[in-house]
Amino acid sequence: MSKVSCVEPPALSPQGVSDRTRRWRRLRRIVTLPIAALALAGCTVPTFGASPGATTSSQSVYHLWQGFSIGAVIVGGFTLLLIFWAVIFYRRKSDNIPKQSQYHIPLEMTYTIIPVLIVLGLFAATLVVENKEVALPKSDVTINVNAFQWGWEFTYPGQNVVVTGQTTQDPEMIMPVNENVHINLTSSDVTHGFYVHAFNFSRYALPGILNQFTLRAVNTGTYNGQCTQLCGLYHSLMVFRVKVVSQSQYSAWLTGEANVAAAKAAKTATNQQTSSITPTKPAKSKGGY
Amino acid sequence: MTDVLDPPMILEPEGHDEHLEEHHGPTGILKWITTTDHKVIGLSYTVTAVIMMVIGGAFAEIIRAQLTTPNNTLVSLAQYNELFTMHGSVMIYLFVGPFAFGALANIIVPIQIGAPDMAFPRLNALSYWLYLTGSITMLSGFFVAGGAANFGWVAYAPLSNSINTPGSGADLWIGGLLLTGFSAIFTGVNLCATVFYLRAPGMTMFRMPIFTWNLLVTAILILLAFPVLTAGLIMLYCDRHFGTHIFSVAGGGVPVLWQHIFWFWGHPEVYILALPFFGMVTEIIAVFSRKPVFGYKGMVFATITIGALSLGVWAHHMFTTGVVLLPFFSIMSLLIAVPTGIKMFNWIGTMWRGEVWFSTAMLMAIGFLITFLVGGLTGIYLASPPLDFFTHDTYFVVAHFHSIVMALVMGAMGGLYYWGPKITGYMLNETYGKIQFWFLFIGTQVFTLPQYLLGLRGMPRRIAIYPLHPSWEFLNQVSTVGAVLVGISTVVFMANIVVSWKKTPAGDNPWDGHTLEWFTTSPPPHHNFYRLPQIRSERPTWDYNHPGHTAAEHGHSAPHRDETPVA
Amino acid sequence: MRVEAKLLLGLGAFFGVMVAVYWNWGHENAGSVMMFAGMLLCFVPGSYYYWWSRRMKARPEDDPNATQAQGAGVVGAFPGTSIWPFTLGMGAFMVVLALVFGIWFLVPGLGLVVWALFGGTAEGRRGGTH
Repeated sequence: MSKVSCVEPPALSPQGVSDRTRRWRRLRRIVTLPIAALALAGCTVPTFGASPGATTSSQSVYHLWQGFSIGAVIVGGFTLLLIFWAVIFYRRKSDNIPKQSQYHIPLEMTYTIIPVLIVLGLFAATLVVENKEVALPKSDVTINVNAFQWGWEFTYPGQNVVVTGQTTQDPEMIMPVNENVHINLTSSDVTHGFYVHAFNFSRYALPGILNQFTLRAVNTGTYNGQCTQLCGLYHSLMVFRVKVVSQSQYSAWLTGEANVAAAKAAKTATNQQTSSITPTKPAKSKGGY
Repeated sequence: MTDVLDPPMILEPEGHDEHLEEHHGPTGILKWITTTDHKVIGLSYTVTAVIMMVIGGAFAEIIRAQLTTPNNTLVSLAQYNELFTMHGSVMIYLFVGPFAFGALANIIVPIQIGAPDMAFPRLNALSYWLYLTGSITMLSGFFVAGGAANFGWVAYAPLSNSINTPGSGADLWIGGLLLTGFSAIFTGVNLCATVFYLRAPGMTMFRMPIFTWNLLVTAILILLAFPVLTAGLIMLYCDRHFGTHIFSVAGGGVPVLWQHIFWFWGHPEVYILALPFFGMVTEIIAVFSRKPVFGYKGMVFATITIGALSLGVWAHHMFTTGVVLLPFFSIMSLLIAVPTGIKMFNWIGTMWRGEVWFSTAMLMAIGFLITFLVGGLTGIYLASPPLDFFTHDTYFVVAHFHSIVMALVMGAMGGLYYWGPKITGYMLNETYGKIQFWFLFIGTQVFTLPQYLLGLRGMPRRIAIYPLHPSWEFLNQVSTVGAVLVGISTVVFMANIVVSWKKTPAGDNPWDGHTLEWFTTSPPPHHNFYRLPQIRSERPTWDYNHPGHTAAEHGHSAPHRDETPVA
Repeated sequence: MRVEAKLLLGLGAFFGVMVAVYWNWGHENAGSVMMFAGMLLCFVPGSYYYWWSRRMKARPEDDPNATQAQGAGVVGAFPGTSIWPFTLGMGAFMVVLALVFGIWFLVPGLGLVVWALFGGTAEGRRGGTH
C-alpha cells in the first residue's frame, strides 16, 4: 500500500485533542502514583537492601550505599522510562518510513557531560568514605588474624592469647566496643577472605603479605563471619564469629585467658604456639591439605 | 537532495560460479575439515559454541539444584568446586567468547564490508580447530583421576599450584586455554587485517556498520589482552611442573602477581565478550525501528573509549587485596559508565520516533537493553571500593555479572534470529522465538534479582552449602526457579531449529535491512557477492532500496513522494 | 589508511598517558609493564600505517566517492580448501596434550606441526587450491 507521506501535522483524535496531549495526560496519570508514594514515605531514606552495621565505617559505607542507590534509581528509572516510552508510543503504525534523524549534537553532548559530572560526584563521595576506611589511627588493641585451610586463628600479641578453630568449630574473635581495634591479617597458605557482614567489610588474607585495617565497633553483639575467597575443599564451612563486648568484659576475658595460657605453658611447653606475623617469613601451615 | 546511485557492479552472473565448475572440491566430512570459507567456519563456531552453552547451562542447573536447600547433598563439596569452575570456564572461555568473535563475526563482518572472505582464510580455519581441540582438552578434565579443574574460573594462586591442586584436570584446563587463547589471537589478527585491507570501494572506515566497528575494537583488545593470559598460563604451568616460584611465597614469589596478570587480561576480556553483542543490538534496533543508527560517530567513539579504558581498570577485581591503588582504578572504572551510557541513549534515540516492530530479534534487543541497564548500574556500585569491600565475592557480584552475560545472551539470540535467515536461507519460527524470549527474559530476572539480595544479606559465592543461614533458603529457591525458566528457553530454541529446518525460504532481505549483507543472496554465494551496490553511506542497501529516504545533510530525510513496500 | 593509523596511534597515546599517571601515582610494576607493552603494541602498527598513509594513493575504500568499478580486479589471495589448518590444529592439540600426558606426545605433535608448516607454505606458494 503506498501513501503520500511528507511532514504531517500531528493526528487529531475524534475529540479534537492531539495525540501529543493525550500522551502527556497518560504520562501524568502514570507518574503521579509513585511520586505520591515517595512523598508519603516521608523523610526516611530506604535501605536499598543494606544495613548500617556495627562499626563507624560500616555506617559511612551504608550511607554511601544509599546515596549510590538513589542515583541508580533516578538514572535507571529515567532510562527505563525512556525505553518503555519508545517501545509503547513509537510502535509501528503503518508502512510509512519515519523521519531518518541521525544525530543531534546538543543532545549527545548533554548525555555525555551529565554522566561525567555524576561520575565525578560519585568518585568524590567514594574518596571520603574510602579514606576513612583505610585509615590506621592509633589503636590500643591489636589482633593478629591468621587464615588457614580451613579455619581462623586470632592472636592477641603480647598477651599470649590465641583463639583458633577449624570449619564448624566457628572460632570467636572477641574485641572491645568503642575502641580502635587494629587488625593484622595474613594467611598461612592460600588466599582467603575475611568477611564480616555486620561490618560491611571484607579484606583478603594473603600469604606473605600483611594487610592492616582498623575497626571501631559501636554496638555490642555477636556477628557472623565467613571466608569469601575460594580456598579449596572446605571453603563453604570456613566460618568464624566476632563478639563485641564492653571494655571491662574484654579486659576480664583477656586476663582470664592469659592466666589459662600461662598455666598451660608452664605444664606443656611445646603445645603453646604464639604466632607473630612477619611479612617475609610464611607462618607455619596448620591443618589443611 | 536525492542521490542517483550507479547501478550495482556485477561481479559474477547470478547462479554461475566459475570456480566450483572447474574444481570438483572435496565432499562430506573432508569438505568440512578442509574448508577455509569464513561462512562455514563461522557456522562451525556457532554450532560448537551453542553446544558449549548447553554444557555450561547443564552445570548451572546442577549448581542451582544443589543450592535449593541449605545442607543439600546432591553433589559433594569437591564436585561442587569442579562444577562452578567448569560452569564459569565453559561459559566464558568456550561459549560467549568464541560466539562473540568467532561465530557471527566470522560470517558477517566480511560480508558487511563487501569482502570476498577473511584476509587469511587458512588462519581462520586454524582458529576454529584450535578452539575445538581446546574445548575438548578443557572438558576432558572430567575424565581424569582427580576430576576437572576446581579452583574457580580465575585460578588464583596459590590455590592453583601443584600442592593445592595436584591433578591433571588443572593442567588440562591450562592446556585448553593455551589452545583457545591462540585461537582468539589469530581471529583478532584476521579481523583487523580484513577490516583494514578488504573493504569494498566507497566503504570508508566511517561508513562501516557499527557491528563491524565493534568487532574491530574487539579484535584490537584481543591482541592487547590475550597474549597476557597466555603468558600467565605458561607461568602457572611452570610453577606447577618446572619448579619455578613465580607465584609462591616460599620461593620469593608473589601470589598477587597472578591476579594482576589474570585481570589485566580478564577485564578487557569482558569487553571482548560484550562489544560484539553491543554491535548486534545496534544493528537490530536500527533495522526494526526503520531508522539509521542514532549518533553513529558517537557510537564509534564510545566503543573506542570503552576499549581504551578497559585496559586500565583491571584491579577493580582486586580492591579487597589491599595492595592496589584504589582511587586510580575507582575513577577509571566509574568513567567507563560514561561511554556505556552514551551507547544506551543512542540505542533509545534510534528507536525514538521510529516505526518499531517486534520481531523476535527486536524483542531480544529490548530485553538486552533492560537487563544490561540493571547489570550496568550495579557495576557502578562495584567501582567504588568501600561498596566493593562488602559486596566482593558475595552473590551481589554473581548477580551483577549474570545480569550482564544474560543480556549478552539475549543479544546473541537476537543476532541468531536476525542473521539466521541470511546465513541459512531459511526463517526461524517467530512464535517459538517469542516464547523463547519471554522464558529467557523473565527467567533471567527471576534468577538474578534474588541473588542481589542474597549478596547484600551476606551470602558468599562459591559455597556449596549454607547450613548456618537457613534464612537464605527462600531466595535461593526463587533463583533456582528462574534458572529452570532459562533452561526451558534453551529447549524452546532447540525446538525452533528443528521445526524451522528448511521450511520458509528467507529471500535476500526479509527484514528490509540496511547494511551490505542484505544486498546479497541468502545464503550468500561462494565469494559473497554476485553484485555490489554503490556505497555512499553506512546503509548501502537501504539507500539502494529507498532512494529518497537517505539521511541527508542535516540528518533528516528529504521530502519524498513514493514508498517502497516493506517485505 | 589515515583513519586506521589515527585509531592505533590514538590508542597508543592514551595508554601512554595512562601508564605515566599509573606509574607515578602507584609505582606498581606488573600493571605498568603490561600497560607500557600495550602502548608499544599500538604504536608499532599505528606508526607503520601512518608512514604508509602519507606515501600511498587513496585506495578505493578510502575514497568516499569511489565507484565499484574502481575496485575491479583481483582482490587478494584466497587459498581455497586446504588440509593444512586442520593438520596444524591437530599438531598443536597434541603438543598441548604433551603438557599433561607425557613428553612422548611431542613426537606426533611437533611432527604434524612441522609437516603443516612446510605443506601450508608450499601450498601458499603454489597459489592454493583455487
